[in-house]
Amino acid sequence: MNTEILGVLVTLLLCFLLAYPLGKYIANVFLGKPTFTDFMLPLERFIYRVSGIDPKKGMDWKQFLKAMLTINMLWFVYAFLLLCFQGSLPLNPDGNANQSPDLAFNTAISFLVNCNLQHYSGESGLSYFTQLFVITFLQFVTAATGIACLVALFNGFKEKTTNNLGNFWVYLVQSTTRILLPLSIVVAVILAFNGTPASFDGKDSILTLQGDSVQVSRGPAAGMIAIKQLGTNGGGWFGVNSAHPLENPNYLTNIVEIISIVVIPIALVFSLGFYLQRRKLARVIFAVMTVMFIAFCTINIYYEMKGNPAIDKMGIAQNGSMEGKEVRLGAAATALWSVATTSTSNGSVNGMHDSLTPMSGAVIILDMMINALYGGVGVGLLNYFIFLMIAVFISGLMVGRTPEFLGHKVEAREVKITALVTLLSAFLIKGGTALAAYFYAHHPEMAWAVQPGNWLNNPSYHGFTEMLYEFTSANANNGSGFEGLADNNIFWNVSTGIVLILARYLPIIGPIAIVGLLAKKKYVPDSAGTLEVDSYTFGLMTIAVIIIINALSYFPALALGPIAEFFNQ
Amino acid sequence: MSKHKRASKLFESSLVREALKQSVSKLNPRKMVHNPVMFTVEIGTFIMAAVCIWIMAGEKSQGSLGYNFAIFIILLLTLLFANFAEALAEARGKAQAQSLRKTREETHAKLIQPVGEIFVNEVKVVPSSKLRKNDVFLCESGDIIPMDGEIIEGIATIDESAITGESAPVIRESGGDKSSVTGGTKVLSDKIKVRVTTEPGESFLDKMIALVEGASRQKTPNEIALTILLATFTLIFIIVCVTLKPFADYANTPITIAAFVSLFVCLIPTTIGGLLSAIGIAGMDRALRANVITKSGKAVETAGDLDTLLLDKTGTITIGNRKATNFWPATGVDANVFIEACVLASLADETPEGKSIVELGQVKGIKAPVMKKEAVTYVQFTAETRSSGIDLDGQKIRKGAYDAIRNIVIRGGKNFPPATEERVNLISSNGGTPLVVSQNDQVLGVIELQDIIKPGIHERFERLRKMGVKTVMVTGDNRLTAKYIAEKAGVDDFIAEARPEDKMNYIRHEQQNGKLVAMMGDGTNDAPALAQADVGVAMNSGTQAAKEAGNMVDLDNDPTKLIEVVEIGKQLLMTRGTLTTFSIANDVAKYFAIVPALFIASIPSLQALNVMNLHSPESAILSAVVFNAIIIPLLIPLALKGVSYKPIGAKALLRRNLFIYGLGGIIIPFFGIKLIDLIVTMFIA
Repeated sequence: MNTEILGVLVTLLLCFLLAYPLGKYIANVFLGKPTFTDFMLPLERFIYRVSGIDPKKGMDWKQFLKAMLTINMLWFVYAFLLLCFQGSLPLNPDGNANQSPDLAFNTAISFLVNCNLQHYSGESGLSYFTQLFVITFLQFVTAATGIACLVALFNGFKEKTTNNLGNFWVYLVQSTTRILLPLSIVVAVILAFNGTPASFDGKDSILTLQGDSVQVSRGPAAGMIAIKQLGTNGGGWFGVNSAHPLENPNYLTNIVEIISIVVIPIALVFSLGFYLQRRKLARVIFAVMTVMFIAFCTINIYYEMKGNPAIDKMGIAQNGSMEGKEVRLGAAATALWSVATTSTSNGSVNGMHDSLTPMSGAVIILDMMINALYGGVGVGLLNYFIFLMIAVFISGLMVGRTPEFLGHKVEAREVKITALVTLLSAFLIKGGTALAAYFYAHHPEMAWAVQPGNWLNNPSYHGFTEMLYEFTSANANNGSGFEGLADNNIFWNVSTGIVLILARYLPIIGPIAIVGLLAKKKYVPDSAGTLEVDSYTFGLMTIAVIIIINALSYFPALALGPIAEFFNQ
Repeated sequence: MSKHKRASKLFESSLVREALKQSVSKLNPRKMVHNPVMFTVEIGTFIMAAVCIWIMAGEKSQGSLGYNFAIFIILLLTLLFANFAEALAEARGKAQAQSLRKTREETHAKLIQPVGEIFVNEVKVVPSSKLRKNDVFLCESGDIIPMDGEIIEGIATIDESAITGESAPVIRESGGDKSSVTGGTKVLSDKIKVRVTTEPGESFLDKMIALVEGASRQKTPNEIALTILLATFTLIFIIVCVTLKPFADYANTPITIAAFVSLFVCLIPTTIGGLLSAIGIAGMDRALRANVITKSGKAVETAGDLDTLLLDKTGTITIGNRKATNFWPATGVDANVFIEACVLASLADETPEGKSIVELGQVKGIKAPVMKKEAVTYVQFTAETRSSGIDLDGQKIRKGAYDAIRNIVIRGGKNFPPATEERVNLISSNGGTPLVVSQNDQVLGVIELQDIIKPGIHERFERLRKMGVKTVMVTGDNRLTAKYIAEKAGVDDFIAEARPEDKMNYIRHEQQNGKLVAMMGDGTNDAPALAQADVGVAMNSGTQAAKEAGNMVDLDNDPTKLIEVVEIGKQLLMTRGTLTTFSIANDVAKYFAIVPALFIASIPSLQALNVMNLHSPESAILSAVVFNAIIIPLLIPLALKGVSYKPIGAKALLRRNLFIYGLGGIIIPFFGIKLIDLIVTMFIA
């Protein structure tokens, strides 16, 4: 078999094999069962005592969300201030300057929402201090926020009827100490041994073969890279992210980093099964996500390995479409990464998405539009829950009952919230792109730093895709870019900033509110007439709902961008 | 009795005419706004009308007038079709209810005036419309009962065939649970005084008609939720269509207003949006066709969710009353002698059990002997002796329950034969009722009475079980008998020796576990339980209190009606779900028709998406819109009749409906649109 494809298969297999026990472990952590990380308990108790948290106190859905939003606001202020004054803070061997307030605003928001829409380059835009205490810190706690919110969702279905979704603070702390921290240490060690820098020294300088002297940025990168992958954040230490030879030195680290992207999101699906003791439900959800994930991978790997038809026409032999890819990783591994990173709202890259063949480009955009195939840490399942609600509603009716999910009737209020969240994505992605297209088409001469007429490197379909990608990525809190778009200017900073905030918090608030409302309702036991949400038939229905909703919402946009490009190549 | 005797043709011409008229008047935007999906179509129609006028005024960029006018007409038809569906459902429901109401047209009423012109309690003949609540009227044999009411004095046989279709007369009397009379039925014998229980125009039928007519029709909770979901899809497509304008500007593609409006109307779920209220009305109408009056649409919806049915044993599970099935003579007693004694003892017994003993005796060849009246004394059943019988030629023949006869025998100084005692126990444990017969304190033998389980009831319970509905038998019998019958009939649970409060407790208990419970009842003491149940079906013959408490009234007084009610509810919900799926699945083909058509000029390569190979952009758009319009009337029969429910388990049902309406919904429009395109092309070319 082709070694590239073999590499992909090994990576995926390893990933699934690791995810299952990890899922069980995560469930045990939150169920309060003894685990081997219980040595963290004193530290956790210390944190609770210092912060005045009563770990036994439950919260209803409103209290839970209030706690979550409050701490997020604090983090924002904290991050914004540090970025503004990083020049005068310690750990700045390269002497990088303060971030300007608007850039600091953008950066703070971007990492606060577990995204990595970076309008700067890590090497020069941040100090080691801010890399560690702003970026890395947020990469931990925002991922932990996602997990904490997911556990709240679990709790809503754990008891027959309950008001208690658990304690946000406890889940936040435990997600960090028990899941993210230990895993990051393991990954960081592997990376460090493979050549990723982990020192506080400043730039190094080497003499190239041509005889030039080149400054090479370094820093305590390995730890940060580990959490950017594991926390589905994606913001790289270096500007070109994991395509950088120090951020992702070899094929082995590439495997480790790909696994790090998806392993927690997959594990959380299994955790649902263990936590609720509904393993069959977890299996069906896993199957739905995996079927679509593998389909996307197959399309991308096929088109990337097939190469660029334009080069074929010139009669030049090619080993896959290698434009924008790293030779040490190859076309298949890059294609796999592109799907993994867009599935999970990670946004790290090991090759340039702008250079993907049109069909792969369409796939990864669609992947981000769905944003629930495994999805971001914690939030992926919350997004999936919204699709689940729609599938439950329609198929519930189709079996002749008013819709219910895990024993709770889904009624007008829940549908209303589901509707809002569903609408939000379509509105932000299409509205944003339409706004950009409008300025580009009608006001190319606007007196902005970068005039709309100069936004796009590539006109025509590909240019359209660049704009569509930017908003899709922002809406998915993904952060990867279809570069080639001049995005560091007022229009893109402001518009994507708004999209980032709305698309992070509303899709968390929505599902938690639904769960809070459902959990309060009277429990309806299953009967032979009840819709079985843990059947593969229902899984098929969920796939249909996911595809139809996204296809219907985005088909015209995709047709004008990547699909038109595909048919024109 | 035929249950669906009132079933009329789907498209009866008088109803269609009425519905056509209504569908035009429903175009009023103020009425339309209640249906967000169709309201946006109406806005689209207005826009197209404006575009047509604009073109007539000289605008050149929007395509030909004929094409735009065609789109306008099709949109208008889409609206009319949707209105027609609703109007037809209303007309059918109304016609159904009217046919019931016709029976109570103006008649004369013999009003009893407490203080008359001449006498106290003077009877005065007035038109029935003059009767008010709490008035009392008199009905004698041959009179038509002028108004719904409750008998306060007397007993009468009544012909209720006008309402129920059942020709056998029924007995109604004051006091008991069978004290209600319905307007339009006829008194055959005797005389009753009746108190009017409703104001004119406020009877259940009147309320039902109002529900159907739409004046007081409220959306049911599930209908509201579904409307929200459909509105969401509509909003998504508003976003899709509005953003398409800058997208097209970017691609330098002019898109006509007609194309925008068409794309929008095709994409929004007009099929389900147009049929939604018709489906709801049709649900109530189907209930009415089964002779069940529903007091709200919600009750029908809830019926689909029922988990537990409380069914009375007598009349539902068993046919009427117990019947004699066997004579068991005691040891040493001749069978014929014993049977003759049984028949003699039962001659004066007017109860159904007594009659059945005489009947069974005749079957066995023993006829009642001709007797001189003076030699015979009949002994009636009393609560003290708990036995009845006959004194004949010095012979005292007694028939009664085991312990009653045992007392007589022992008091007479005789022994109760052990073999008979054994037989008695055996009969009891087989669900039967033993009646012991004695002659002069000597035990002659045992008569076995058995409940006759209705034929086919076992299958119906099996069907309910597959639907996930639990059946509970309620009976006054002892545990042993109840258990036996419950097993034989195939019910899941039973309440033995039931008192009215037991029903109530059982319902509460089930509801605490989150289950939805239905029951049927007729007596005043059933009223609290009927009110407590999620679906309470009162028999029309029942007391006014029972009818007020329940949320459905069964005109047939048929206890098995609950089963039908469950299926009607499930059908209603399924029809909504399947048509929603179908409607949304249709969009796939419509996209493939319209999107390539929109960009044919600027992006010719997108013709690769024109998989149906439609003739031209105009024909493609027209075909999609036409398909979108005519699918509504094509689905009206399905919406009104309801998707057939098969109790095959939820998983299989989902698979089946997903296959038919999901996959079918994706594939059918590809062929439909292509076919229409071929036809449209003939006219254009």
